[in-house]
Parts: sequence; C-alpha cells; structure tokens
Amino acid sequence: MSTQQGQDAKFFQRGKIEEFRAELQAAEAKDKKYQKRKTVLKKIVANITMGNDMSPLFHDVIQCIGTPLLEVKKMVYLFLISYGRSKPDQIHLVIPSFLQVSSSNFSRMSDHSNVLKDCNDPNPLIRALAIRTMSYIPIPVVTESLSDQLRHCLKDRDPYVRKTAAICVAKVYTADPRKAERKGFVELLRDMLIDDNATVVANAVAALSEIGDRQDGVIFKLNLTIANRLLAALGESSEWGQIYILDSLLRYVPEHHSDAEMMAERVIVQLQHANSAVVLTSIKALLYLMNYMENRRLIDYICRKMGPPLVTLLSSGPEVQYVALRNILLIIQRRPTVLKNDVKAFFCKYNDPIYVKLAKLEIMYRLAREENAREVLAELEEYASEVDVDFVRKAVRSIGRLAIKVEPAADKCIESLLKLIETKVTYVVQEAVIVTKDIFRRYPGKYEGIIPTLCENLDALDEPEAKAAMVWILGQFADRIENVDELLDDLVYNFLDEPAEVQLALLTAVVKLFIYKAQSEVTKALVHKVLKWATEDIDNPDLRDRGFMYWRMLAMNPSVAAEIVLAEKPAITTDSDRMDRGALDQLLLHTGTLGSIYHKNPETFIRNAAGRELVDSPALNANSRAVLVSLTRPQLPSTAISVQGPGPIEPTRPSLQPDEAANKTPQPILVESTRSDERDLLDVEGDDGAGGDSGDGYPDGDDDVAVVKAADPYAELGGAFGGYTTDAPQPVKGGGSRSGDLDDLLF
Amino acid sequence: MISAFFIFNQKGEVLISRLYRTDFKRSIADVFRIQVVSNSDVRSPIITLGSTSFFHVRVNNLYVVCVTKTNANAALVFEFCYRFISIAKSYFGKVDEESVKNNFVLIYELIDEISDFGYPQNSEIDTLKSYITTESVISSAIVAEESSKITSQATGATSWRRGDVKYKKNEAFVDVVETVNLSMSAKGTVLRADVDGHIQMRAYLSGTPECKFGLNDKLVIDKNSQGSGASDAVELDDCRFHQCVRLNEFDTSRTISFIPPDGEFELMRYRSTSNVKLPLRVIPTVHEIGTSQVSYNVAVKANFGNKLSATNVILRIPTPLNTTSVDCKVANGKAKYVPAENVVIWKIPRIQGGQECTFSATADLTSTTTRQVWARPPIDVDFEVLMLTASGLIVRFLKVFEKSNYQSIKWVRYLTKASGSYQIRF
Repeated sequence: MSTQQGQDAKFFQRGKIEEFRAELQAAEAKDKKYQKRKTVLKKIVANITMGNDMSPLFHDVIQCIGTPLLEVKKMVYLFLISYGRSKPDQIHLVIPSFLQVSSSNFSRMSDHSNVLKDCNDPNPLIRALAIRTMSYIPIPVVTESLSDQLRHCLKDRDPYVRKTAAICVAKVYTADPRKAERKGFVELLRDMLIDDNATVVANAVAALSEIGDRQDGVIFKLNLTIANRLLAALGESSEWGQIYILDSLLRYVPEHHSDAEMMAERVIVQLQHANSAVVLTSIKALLYLMNYMENRRLIDYICRKMGPPLVTLLSSGPEVQYVALRNILLIIQRRPTVLKNDVKAFFCKYNDPIYVKLAKLEIMYRLAREENAREVLAELEEYASEVDVDFVRKAVRSIGRLAIKVEPAADKCIESLLKLIETKVTYVVQEAVIVTKDIFRRYPGKYEGIIPTLCENLDALDEPEAKAAMVWILGQFADRIENVDELLDDLVYNFLDEPAEVQLALLTAVVKLFIYKAQSEVTKALVHKVLKWATEDIDNPDLRDRGFMYWRMLAMNPSVAAEIVLAEKPAITTDSDRMDRGALDQLLLHTGTLGSIYHKNPETFIRNAAGRELVDSPALNANSRAVLVSLTRPQLPSTAISVQGPGPIEPTRPSLQPDEAANKTPQPILVESTRSDERDLLDVEGDDGAGGDSGDGYPDGDDDVAVVKAADPYAELGGAFGGYTTDAPQPVKGGGSRSGDLDDLLF
Repeated sequence: MISAFFIFNQKGEVLISRLYRTDFKRSIADVFRIQVVSNSDVRSPIITLGSTSFFHVRVNNLYVVCVTKTNANAALVFEFCYRFISIAKSYFGKVDEESVKNNFVLIYELIDEISDFGYPQNSEIDTLKSYITTESVISSAIVAEESSKITSQATGATSWRRGDVKYKKNEAFVDVVETVNLSMSAKGTVLRADVDGHIQMRAYLSGTPECKFGLNDKLVIDKNSQGSGASDAVELDDCRFHQCVRLNEFDTSRTISFIPPDGEFELMRYRSTSNVKLPLRVIPTVHEIGTSQVSYNVAVKANFGNKLSATNVILRIPTPLNTTSVDCKVANGKAKYVPAENVVIWKIPRIQGGQECTFSATADLTSTTTRQVWARPPIDVDFEVLMLTASGLIVRFLKVFEKSNYQSIKWVRYLTKASGSYQIRF
C-alpha cells in the first residue's frame, strides 16, 4: 500500500471567527463536491487543535452535518465532540440528524438535501460512527435521545456496530450511572459476554470492567462458565481485546484448584504474543491464578515459562522496558525462581535511558547471589564511574548492599568501596560512607581497619545522611580512633546549624565517646557542651528529649548508661528487603498498571481508583490466606494530602492491627518508627525487626514459605536501598499545603 | 483508560489534541508542556501529578502523549503509542512535525478509529487502509455493501487480512534480521552476548493462504526435558509471534502456522543467548600517558568465512572530554575526530571475512582543573553482515497452502547487524 501525503499544514493558522463564518456561508452555494466546506472545516479543526475557541461557529458548522462526504461529516462530528457539551441549548438541532425519526425509510438512499439519519444508515460504519459520536456528548438531552438507538445498536446484526455500542454503554454510564442502569444497558452488556464475535465480547468486557471499577458501579464478577467462554474468545480477539479479557480473569475466583490450573494452561500460550501488554497481562492473570493452585509442578512450570518472555520485553522500546523492569522487581520478590539465572540480562547498556538503568540496578541487586556476585560487582564498579549522579550513587550503594547480602563477596566489595573513596568524588565518597556504616554492623569486628581511610575524607561530607553515618562510626568506634575527640570537637562546631539528623547522631556519638573516655577532660567538656545545647538551645522535641534522657542516665548511673548506650546491636540482615508477602500478593494484582510502576496500590494515590484484593475461596493457598490483606475501599479526602518521607499511606493498616495483635505474639519491641530522623535512637534500627528467615533472599528457593509479617506490610518498600528513595518513581502529590486540589485547580 | 491523546512538537505546541473523556480540559496540555517539554531533565516516561498520569514516547522531536486519571495499564498505553507511530509511518512515510501537520485531519480520523473512549480498538494497518483514506468517500448504499465487508474484517478472527487479495505472481520474502548485543569487559571477557532476532516477512500471496514455517530451533524451556537433539539446533530462549500465528499450535506441536497479513509484517521475534558467534572481534589498547595524552591501538577482526563480508562498519572510540586534537592513522577506511560527541569515528566500508584492520591514534589533552577521572565509555561498533546469523538460525521451510493451489516463490535472506549495542569497554 502506498503512502499518502497530505498538504494540510497550511491550515495551521490562527483564523477569525467572522471569516470562517463568511466562508462557510459562501460554501453553501456552488460547492458541488463539498471542497469549499472541507477547506473551511479543516481550518476550523486546526484552530481547535491550536486551542482557539471555535464554539461561536457552532450554529454554522452544524449546518454541514448533512454533507454526505465522509471526511466533512467526521470533521463536523469532531467539532460536536469538542463543543457539544458547552452548547446544550443548541444541541437539539443536530440530534435529528443522528436519529432516524421513523424506520420506514431504512433502505432509502441518502437524501443529500435532507438531514442524514445516520443512526439507521444502511452503512454499518456510519451507524457506528453516529452512536460513537453522540455518546461522546454526555449531556442529558443527547443521552436521552440516544437511548433507543443504542439499544438497537447493541443488537445490531453487524458486529462492528455492536462492538462500538458496547463502549457507548460505558460512556453513557459515566455520564449518568443510575439512568444507564434504569434503561437496562448493563444487562444488555452482560448478555454480550456470550456474543459470537470475539471483538464484541472483548469490548463488552472492557465496558463492564470500567463500570465495575467505579465506586458507585455495579459489581462485575465472573463465574466459571463465563470465564471459560471468555477464554474461548481469547484466540479470536484482537491483541487489545485479549488484554481486556485477560484482565477480567481476575474477577473470577476459582473454587477448586483444578479450575485455576486449567485456566492457567490456557493463558500460558499468550506469553508468546508480540504485544508486551498482552504478555504482562497474561503474567498478571497467571500470578493471580497461582494463588489458587495446588499442583506444585505446574506452578514451577509456569514460573519457568514466565521468565523468558519477561526478559524479551527488554528488547522492546525503552518505555515498555521501564514498565517491564518495575514489574519484574515485584515479580521476583514473590516468585524468586522466575529469573534466578538471568542477572546478565539486566546489565545496563551504556546508552540505556536513565530510568531504565536505575530500574535495572535494583533488579541486579535482587538477583545477586554467591554464584554471580563477582560479575555483578564488576558491573557495579563500571557504573560507579559513569556520569549521571543518581545512577552512580545508586551503584555505589548497591556495592555496599551487595556486601551485606552476599557474605563471600564482602571482601571484594569493601576493596571496591575503598577504591571509590580514593576517587575523592564527593558524592561517591558520601555514598560509600553511608553503606560502610551498615557493613560495620553486618560484620562486626571485621572491617574496622578501614576507619582511618574514612576519617581522611571527613571534610568531603556535606550531606546530612553521610555526615550522620560518619558520626555514628566515630561514636561507635570511639575507643579505637586516636584523635576521635578532636574530630568530634570539630564536627560539633556547627552543631546548632546542622540538620536534625546530624544533631541526633552527634549527640549519641558524643555520649558514647564520654562513656569510653570518661576520664578525659576534653571529652567531659564536649559532652557537657552538646547536652547543654540539645536541652537548652534546640527546639526540636526529639533532640531535647534525647538530650535529657542521656543527661539523666549519665547523672544517675554511668555504668548502666554505658550498658544501655553500648548495648549489643542486632545484626543487620537483608531479609527486610523483601516486601511483605500479603502486600505483594495484593500489589501483583495490579501488574502492568501504574500501581506496579510506583509499587503502590492505586487507591492510595489515584482518586476513585479501584483497589483489588485476593479473595478467599476453598482453593486459596493456605499460605496466601494466612497473609491476606483485605481491602477497605478508602475514601480519599477530597483534597489530596501530602505525607513526608518515603512511606506510602496505607489505609489497610488500622483495620489490620487488632486481629494481628490477637493471633501473633508481639515482636520484640524494637523501635518501629516511621521517621528517619529517629532511627538512631538507642542505635536500634527499625528495619531490623521484621526478618526471621535464613540469611539469603530465597528460603528454599520457594515462595510458599510463610514469611513473618511485619506490622506494616508496606514498611520495607524502599528497604533494599536502606531508605534511599530519592530516585524511586513517585507520583507527585497534588495540593499539599495549598488550599485547592491540584486536580481542580488545573484541569 | 486513556482520557486524552496529544502530539506536541519540540516547542511544546499542540499538533493533535483529542480528549476522549470529559475528565480533562484541553488546558491539561499546558501541564505536560511545563512538566516535560520545557523540563531539561525528564527522568521517566511516566509522570504522575495528583491522580493524573502522563505517558509519553518521543519520535523525531515529537512527543506522543497519553493522559489518564485511572490506574491505566501502562504497557498497553505505551504499546498504543508505538502502534500509532507505526500506523502513521505506514500512512505518511515518516512521522515528524511536517507530516503530522500535513495530515492532521486524517490523524484525527485514525485516532478516533483505533481508540474508542480511550480503549484501543482494531489497529491493523491493512484493514484501516481499506476504510480510512484521504480519498473522498461519499456515503451511500453502494458503499454500504463494501462497508459490511470491512466491518466483518475489522471485527473478525483474521482482522489483519482482507479476503480478496490477488497477485499475478505469488511471492513471499523472509528476512531474518539479527541484532547482536555485546558487552565486553576491559579484560576481553564477554559479559553479555545475545541476539535479538526479528523475522520480517513480505507476503504477496493471493487468497487466504495457510502458511507453515520451520526453523532449526529448539526452545530451551521445553515441556519435555531437553532431549539429545540434533547438534545444529539453535537454542532460542524465547520467541514472540505476530498475532496471526496460532499460539496454541505452537505450544502443542511447535509448528508456526498462520494466515499472513498482506504485505510486510513482523512474523516473529526471538532471543538467543547461547553460542552467539561474534562477527567482529575488537581488541583495544588504550593508555593514558600522564595527563596530557591518550594513545589508542584498536584492532578489528572479521570472525567469519572469507566469502562473507561486513559492511558499513562504524566504530565510535571515545576520547576524554578535554581532548584538543586527535592524530589518527588507519590502513582501512577513514577516521575522524568529532569534538561535539567526544569520539573518534572510524568508518570502514567493507571488511572481508578473516581480515583484520587496525587503528592507532594519539589524543592530545588540555590541562584541566577538575580532578574527575575520565569515565571511559565503551567503544561502540555498528556493522552489517549479509547472509550470516550470529545465532546460527536458519529457515528450514516455508510452505504455503491455498485452495486454488498456486505455486509460490519464496526468498530467504539473512542479516546480522549491530547498532548502538555492540560495546567494548577498555
């Protein structure tokens, strides 16, 4: 087929309403082939595109609606869609041309001088076009007159008209749900689920899903018979239709293992589809169905089958790669076997877009184990010398996390961190210091030899987190650093101007120093100075409280104080990197969607978005049931609220805690704080509480091991990078302190 | 689903604006312009503000943008953007500001057809071209007959093919195109080498032909445990098919059978990671001499039979940012320092199989005050080798069955290439 070249660029010129009106009037005479009208309408459409208000021409443009030239007709329709809503008083003028008043002249040739009765046009494309256009104008007078036609079209003999009508129901429902229900459209739509034509079925599914996702909509669930009918239509649907159908399978709750297993076997073939959205939606359906399966071998088989298509998604365009990567990050947490041996596929190419690189980095870390640690480390070292600051930082941090995760690789990682510190690039040094602090805690007594090197770079630290980490190191190892009192004395010089995070660290460090070297006069003076500042000159209540606490402890019983302050710390593990299983199960119900990009349930960041939950049934896997997170439809406040810090607001939490407390012995009381600046309190870190499994990521390589549940299922979302979430994709909260909602303000 | 579809030019001017839903006004376009077009550091193809999400894909300085207020299927939205771009390419030859402006009315028609209320609909180019054209169409009963054919095709099981295709000479061309991705460490070990294969088909076949297609492949992940297998079988890690291929049949019997669309389409895509033959060996030796000079010695060796040759070989050899001049010596091709990109570009029109080419150069540097070390980006190599597949894949057969039983001629071509992903660190 040859390409067609238009010449319409010349119409992109701002025009005057009056001129267009005159041209339209002139076109009424001597316009045999409608060329004049076509030209004027093109100018008008171009002006609409440029954002110029053409609505004053409403009356003039609708005069052209009878034009039999399809191109002209479509432009008039476009005009109507753009301005119909704002002209409810004039819209009645065009309705007759959409509708046929009587059906007697059904087979009549179009009468050009008369208005066209498009809805009953013998041409199915025109019939569909007419209802499609009308249903785009959601004002009562239009939908009212559309109703009868729509009902006919839902039963039209032509599948193209039916599939268009199915979507029209969704439009009509959006305009007025109750009216659409009263008119019986939802039932008609439901009947279409068993239409002979797969395209019609798919659109009916899409429309019903949209209606079902509305908070005021009817509930849309599938039973086994319908679910099977839909699966049968899968093969003949268009790729988009397949997506709508596959997505709807999550509305079916299997009652028997065998139902889920049979269904999965039919979905599995779609993994070979060229369209990445079909692949991801198939994976979503499979992950969902696996919760209801029993056959271990089939589950393993599905997991093995899912890996290669996921990797193949990485040869799509960068945008799809990004979507795939963010999803893979979730999938491998829930099903660690899926890409176990594919870490190489996630190595960054030098010219990958930055968002792809950052996402790959996290996956590389997740997939790292003893066998591939050397390769992964070599890559990370390479990345640490690249240009993009965020990427480099994350690479450095990953090296540290790798040391913590894979013990046999720790030596090499430390070596490489030291090399990086030598580069003296300030942000590299700072990241290295931050991770080194955790490494010290993971391997006590092993790497303290590098402390002098760290001390040499004290001046390079200007970011609070790095500074606080260094101060922690100084305090913790105050007994081994010769000139520690000098160093700390220098650091407290600007105490009052430091951010709270650093102030807290300094306070604790100075107290530790004092406990180690209580005899030294310098130390005494130092601790006194800092305690005085913290309790008298600081407004921050946390800092003041802690200051008082230390002061009193030291005053009352220094030896008990020493025991408390220098208490042995629980070792750091990487268990907490994995998201809580119940939360994961729930989040995976959103595979492929925006929620999976941000790793948040959609109802927490999109107003009126439908949440999803795993529904209990006799077939539900016992381990899944044990961690079931039930869904409460949250009513997001009418204005968006803003919450500081990386943790998303999790509405299910309050409802969850009572029964949790009931059937679980409370965790040893570790500080579960959501505020990062409190983390140093007694040097017990919040994220150490959750764990419980053996050291390395994948207990038995199995996913059905009961995982101890953290109090907040989403607490460890950013855990893998120790709360480093500056580059994690985040939806930007609208509003905040501003009075109005961003949505209402702009749109 | 998708609420609005826009195309912006580089300046952020709206070239196409279609609001599928009433939850946005056109002014939403301004938000995108501010957040993305005029933002020099866009770090994600998806931006979410409040409940509103913008998805964008860039093509030739245009932004193709979808906006939604729902928890949309992100993969679907991007696939839709890609599809729009490929449809536009097929209609207008290229997708740039000029062609979009020249065809804006047609584009409005198209985007209304391929998406209804933000739900992507039939987007098969062949079918679309049968009823969305620039020719003037007068609606009448005669056209209605024709339209019924179109609608049944657009909604039918083989929505990608018209029934009435006729050719005097029935021919099918198969192009196996393999892109080699290589990442080699400075020590010369292969960090990653894999092949992205595309099988492109141009089918000029009459009627409704039933095709069967065979390769010397075996899928690594197989239901049956890996048998001994013929040694020439190529291991494919994964393959994906055009929607005309019956996936059920592939799953059960590993046969690729399909009724092809008319004309050109991508039949399948595959990935292979085992036994990848690297067509070009690149051996770089790069030394930083003090802080004022860098010396380069780069050798390229064609690692395949001497009957074949690599063409359009282009090496991009990075130089430090503070390079002032580069003195290059080459025996084959031409080498030139391109200061704007901080690379030396070495072009070799042809390298015969087995041949080796060498490059030596010295880059002079100015002294700088920054202490930042040179990041040493990898050397990047582009090339093409005809009649070679890096994976070793070959087409075993292509059979065409049609009820009129005509003879058809089949052509197969192989091409292995690299562009932007054959990288050697040094």
